[in-house]
Formats: sequence, structure tokens, C-alpha cells
Amino acid sequence: MRGGRRLAVARACGPAPGVQPGLGVRLSEATLSYDGVRLFADLALELRAGRTTALLGPSGVGKSTLLRLIAGLEVGDHVRATVVCDDGGPLAGRVAYLAQRDSLLPWASALDNVALGARLRGEPLRPARKRAASMLADVGLGDRLHDRPGRLSGGMRQRVALARALMEDRPVILMDEPFSALDFLTRLRLQDLTARLLTGRTVLLVTHDPLEALRLGDAIHVLHGRPANLDAPLEPPGAPPRAADDPALLARQADLVRRLTGEHHAGAGS
Amino acid sequence: MKGLVRGVVTVAGLLALWHLAYVMNGRRSYLLPSPEQTARTAIERFDTLVHHALVTYGEILLGLGLGTALGVASALALVSWAPVRRWLLPVLVVSQAVPVFALAPLLVLWLGYGLASKVAMATLIIYFPVASAFLDGLRRTDPLWLEQARVMNAGRWAMLRYVRLPAALPALASGMRVATAVAPIGAVVGEWVGSSAGLGYLMLHANARMQIDLMFAALAALAVFAVVLYRAVDAGMRALVPWQRESDV
Repeated sequence: MRGGRRLAVARACGPAPGVQPGLGVRLSEATLSYDGVRLFADLALELRAGRTTALLGPSGVGKSTLLRLIAGLEVGDHVRATVVCDDGGPLAGRVAYLAQRDSLLPWASALDNVALGARLRGEPLRPARKRAASMLADVGLGDRLHDRPGRLSGGMRQRVALARALMEDRPVILMDEPFSALDFLTRLRLQDLTARLLTGRTVLLVTHDPLEALRLGDAIHVLHGRPANLDAPLEPPGAPPRAADDPALLARQADLVRRLTGEHHAGAGS
Repeated sequence: MKGLVRGVVTVAGLLALWHLAYVMNGRRSYLLPSPEQTARTAIERFDTLVHHALVTYGEILLGLGLGTALGVASALALVSWAPVRRWLLPVLVVSQAVPVFALAPLLVLWLGYGLASKVAMATLIIYFPVASAFLDGLRRTDPLWLEQARVMNAGRWAMLRYVRLPAALPALASGMRVATAVAPIGAVVGEWVGSSAGLGYLMLHANARMQIDLMFAALAALAVFAVVLYRAVDAGMRALVPWQRESDV
């Protein structure tokens, strides 16, 4: 598993094998409008290599859109942006996407869902399914390989989706409110699991939950206003996952909540 | 088990209603024969019934097979090639404005009194619900699944084969159910227009000779087959989309 990850990094970084722990991504000059409303104007965001960047903000500000823009899913005349990786190459093909909504295929077993990428790209299925099984074991679903999503709980389904994102073995992972539909305790547990499994990858985590951002983020940005601005990042000390009951964390949460609500008013006033 | 009981009760109830209608109608067998008399005739004329029934059943099954195959193939072609879609979709839609029954005499003229004209009729009737339902399903794939596939670097064909096609199976199943329900109509109308065998032919002749009981027996043979066929297709469709029941709960 660890070996597999190092392999991915080496492939992603080309000229400097095994030196960089991830792949840094820089978004710049991002401009996007929907129906004449400018969501972003000349926005820039840096995802540091091997780190988790959390993106907070009120709903409707464009967090998910920003993530989709980086994923290459916003295409057309309404969008203009430059996405560059540290190695100068494009990001396309080197990113995995974990969606907000349950995106598992309802007709496929957990195993086939995790191995979907290999099947879609026409890669050999036998090794892929073997690896998928071990990924599912990693997220604690080793005994549910052949269950279809309809038989799994919401938390289990999101764990399958997480296993699928990991299975893709991409250096960059984009997560769009991956745990927002789960109850509090399940969410905490999945945050721990995610932090453990995603160590060393470049992650963009879009969330509306300040606690989640503080537990998982190395750098936390607040997105606000229209067109949207990014605050200077908050960088909580210590390595994720940070304990949810740490008083220092809770103090920062209060600060983040102030930023979120305060900026919201400022944005509305201007 | 419960379903079996319900089925038996339903059939018994319908037979009782039939008998009641017969009695209220003044027991005029030349208008409405009793269930007993129909059953007696069915046994007496069993060989005739089987002979004609097999012809009609064959037409329906062939039409169902052909209509489904053509419908599925057209939907796949329409969704795969944009030029095909731009040129053929309007034609397909407009063609549905022509009532298929109005074509029956033409089909008999062109294809003769035999099997071919009836199979063509049934095929035409079955084709459209299958093609339109499946096409609709193929065009309404959850965008999230397609985006996931795109991020996974899926090619167009892989996306069609592994995402859009299975996603469209529930829609195909509904189309198949509708098609199965109307399939017998095509065959029987074809037989009415011109034929030398089949249940529709038998009904027409029995009617002309005032053998209303034989006509009812033929009708019953058609109805029983239609129900059995529908049940079989329904079961097949459920087996095709097993995940539907799980998510419906």
C-alpha cells in the first residue's frame, strides 16, 4: 500500500522521483460567471504539495464550483483559469474526485465500484479487483465487498467512495463536502480514517464545517463575497487529524466562526 | 404464497362476475356465453384452439424479440452518434404520428397473409416504447456519475458501456413492460386485416358463424398468454435491475 503510493508520486513528479511527497497545484487568474453573475474574478489558490487545504465559506459562495474548476469539470465560455502543477505539467489525469453526493453506481458491488476506474480505462481487471479488495479492507469494509450500495449505510457508502478515490492512486485528491450527510460521530470517525489514509497526498477539502476544516486542514481558507475572495490561510499547529476535543482547536473554531459570519455580513454590505 | 392466493381469488372473482353478467343478461348465450359453456367449448375444440393459438403466440414472441432488438439498437445508435440523432430522431418522432393500425392493410398487401405481416405489425408496435424509453434512459444519466467517469479518464465507449448503459436499464425495463402489454394487439389486428390462421382469425370466423363461445375461448387463450408473457417479462426485467428494489425500500 505504501509502496503503491510512492509509485504514484514518482509517476506524478517525473523528473524528481520520490523527493516530493505530493504534487503542488496552483490555480491562478480564475474567472467564472454564471448567468452574468461573476462568482470569481482573478482568483488564485495554492494547494501545497502533500498538504490538505481546507476551503470554508457560506453556501452559494462557490466553494464547490472552485473545486470543480480545478477538477476540470467546469468547461465552457463562462470560465477562464490557469491550473499548473509544480512540475509544470497539467493536472488532468492526476486527480481523484470525491463528491458530496453519493456517487457510487447503484448496480455495482462495493468491489466493482472501487475498481471502476480500472474498468473504465480498460486496465487488467484481476489485479485491480485484488487491490480494490485491500482498499476496502483498509476502510473497514473487507466483509462487504460484494454488497451493492443500496445495502450499505450512508457512512459505509462514503467509505467505499473514499476507497475508490484512493484506488485511483492520484497525487491530488479533491473532496467536496464528503461527510456532510453523515451523523456527527460517523463523521468524526471518517475524518480520522481519511487523515490517516491521505497522508502525503495533496488534498483540497471543501467543507461547511469549521471543526472538520480544523481537524483535517494544514491550511484553512475562508471564501467569501461576490466575486469571491480568499482570506489569508489559517494554519493550525500539529498534524491532522487533530483531536476534536482539544480546547486550542475549539478556540480556533470560534475564531473561524467569527470570520465566517462576520465576513458574510461585510460581503453583504459592500 | 400470498400472491398465489390473491391470484386465485382475483380469477375466481372475475369468473363469478362473468357468470353474474351472463345471468343478468337473460342467459342469452348468443350474446354472452357462460364461463362453463366457454370452458366446454374450449375442451371440445382444443385442437383448433391450440393450432391457432400457437400461430398467434409465435407472432407475438417474434415481434417482441425483433421490436426489442431494433428498439435497443436504435436507442444506442441515436445516443452514440450525434449526426444520427439530429437526422433520425425527428423522423422517429413524426413516424409515431402515423397510427400503426392504419398501416395493417398495407403490411398485409406487401408482406402477404402469412406470418410476416403480423410479425411486422407487432414489431412496429413494440419498437417505439422500447426505443424511446431506452433512449430517454441513456440520455438521463446522473451527471455526477459521468463526471466521476471523466475524472477517471474514461473514453466515450467505456462510459457508454459501463455507466450510461447500466444506468438506462431501469428505463428499458419500463419500456419493455409497456411493449409487452401492447404486443398482442399488433398480432391480432394484423390477423383481423387478413390471415389464414391465428387467434384473431379464429375470433373473426367464430363471430361470423355466431359461435360466440368459441370466440370467447379464443379470447381467453389470448388473455392467458398475455398475462403469462407479461409476468415472465416483468420477472426478467426485475432480474436485470436487481438494485432497483434495494434502493426503492
